[in-house]
Amino acid sequence: MSKQKGGGPLLRIADLHKSFGALEVLCGISMDVARGEKVSIIGPSGSGKTTLLRCINYLEKPTSGHIYIEGNLVGEKKINGRFVHLSDRELAKERQEIGFVFQRFNLFPHLTALGNVTVAPQRVLGLSREEADERGRRMLEKVGLAHKIDEYPERLSGGQQQRVAIARVLAMQPKLMLFDEATSALDPELIGEVLRVMRQLAEEGRTMVIVTHEIQFAGEVSDRVIFMDQGRIVEQGKPRDVLFKPEESRTREFLKHIQER
Amino acid sequence: MSFLEVLDAKGWYFLTTLLGGWPETVTVALGALIFALIFGLLVALMRISRWRALRYPAIAYLEIFRGTPALVQLFVIYFGFPDIGFEPSPFQAAIVGLGLNGAAYLSEVYRAGIESIHRGQMEAALSLGMTPARALQYIVLPQAIRTMLPPITNFAIILLKDTALVFAIGVVEIMALARNLVTETLQSAAVYLIAGGIYLCVTIPMARLAAGLERQRQAWH
Repeated sequence: MSKQKGGGPLLRIADLHKSFGALEVLCGISMDVARGEKVSIIGPSGSGKTTLLRCINYLEKPTSGHIYIEGNLVGEKKINGRFVHLSDRELAKERQEIGFVFQRFNLFPHLTALGNVTVAPQRVLGLSREEADERGRRMLEKVGLAHKIDEYPERLSGGQQQRVAIARVLAMQPKLMLFDEATSALDPELIGEVLRVMRQLAEEGRTMVIVTHEIQFAGEVSDRVIFMDQGRIVEQGKPRDVLFKPEESRTREFLKHIQER
Repeated sequence: MSFLEVLDAKGWYFLTTLLGGWPETVTVALGALIFALIFGLLVALMRISRWRALRYPAIAYLEIFRGTPALVQLFVIYFGFPDIGFEPSPFQAAIVGLGLNGAAYLSEVYRAGIESIHRGQMEAALSLGMTPARALQYIVLPQAIRTMLPPITNFAIILLKDTALVFAIGVVEIMALARNLVTETLQSAAVYLIAGGIYLCVTIPMARLAAGLERQRQAWH
């Protein structure tokens, strides 16, 4: 596929399949995400949402199908008409453009908040210590943690840890941000502070794909909601359609189930 | 003369004589330690590699050096290498022999340490655009070192004791001097007791250090 800057979607997923042994987790997912678009993916656990997200930045290798960012293949390249996996170095280069926020934060416990945010700009982008620190401070300030710069992760609350993790992603200035149930591991009273930061990013016009159980949040920030079940996209559309007058019975059941919690 | 009378009369002479071998013992131990630390890391990285061409030689190396006596390895290196064109001095053979032996042991320590770090750490590093090598260098290894320090210290203790083998290929260290003293005085018990005491004076503080590191390793700061 040729390079298309302005026109096509930022992210294109084409007939993606993923199996773990005999278990098929993704059964042919195709979707586009436009530049600046906010897409939320909801669905019961085991529906393949997280696997889909992990395939987008190649933490999982798809069994078949392809991912494109701005028209460029992710994780593979085409040589003489055949798809070939990228080298570590090439893959790393592509992943710089795709930020990933993990459910369990995955902060680096041996580094301070600032260290967590600056390690990749320094070691991957080659910024000087001063440049990286300056950028790191700005990002931590943005997520409301300017006062926690020198704290180690174990001294931070879950909500603060997740905000550092978001700052760490922002510092790489990715084109696309993926959120994998970013609030699921948090105590209820800490969810709000993380959602606030995510809402702010959405308002800045960033391209975001959000896997979440926070239905209300999904409804408020998304341009589009996708409902997945058993490895397939069951239904998608504007939040008010999918969330309030779903066409599919499976979507209705899921939403009812969630509301009863 | 009773054992105690021997110690009383000759103890100081035995001690000062045996201590003459201390520099050789320390040189072999330190040389082999550095060799094993570096080479062991290489073996560990090969061992966890995706590529069979790297993994299999590492496994073979590990099995051979873990499964044969260190003394056999020393003899093979010292007496075997001249056949393939190297003539190692006893010192060189001792350092390389104990180093190769220790690398096999340490590679397993490294591997366990690396594998003890949660997979999410590697994934987070990769998702930020690091290559697996960079992720290992900046994220995984700095954390794994905490887990690895106590077993590495224990290894250093074992290594120091194992230097007692290298008199067999002609390094004049503490044990070699002890044997000479025994031939000279026929006081085996007293001489070897003092030799053992010299090793203990170093290994006990090292063991305390290992225990201290073990206690600390849970807390990060």
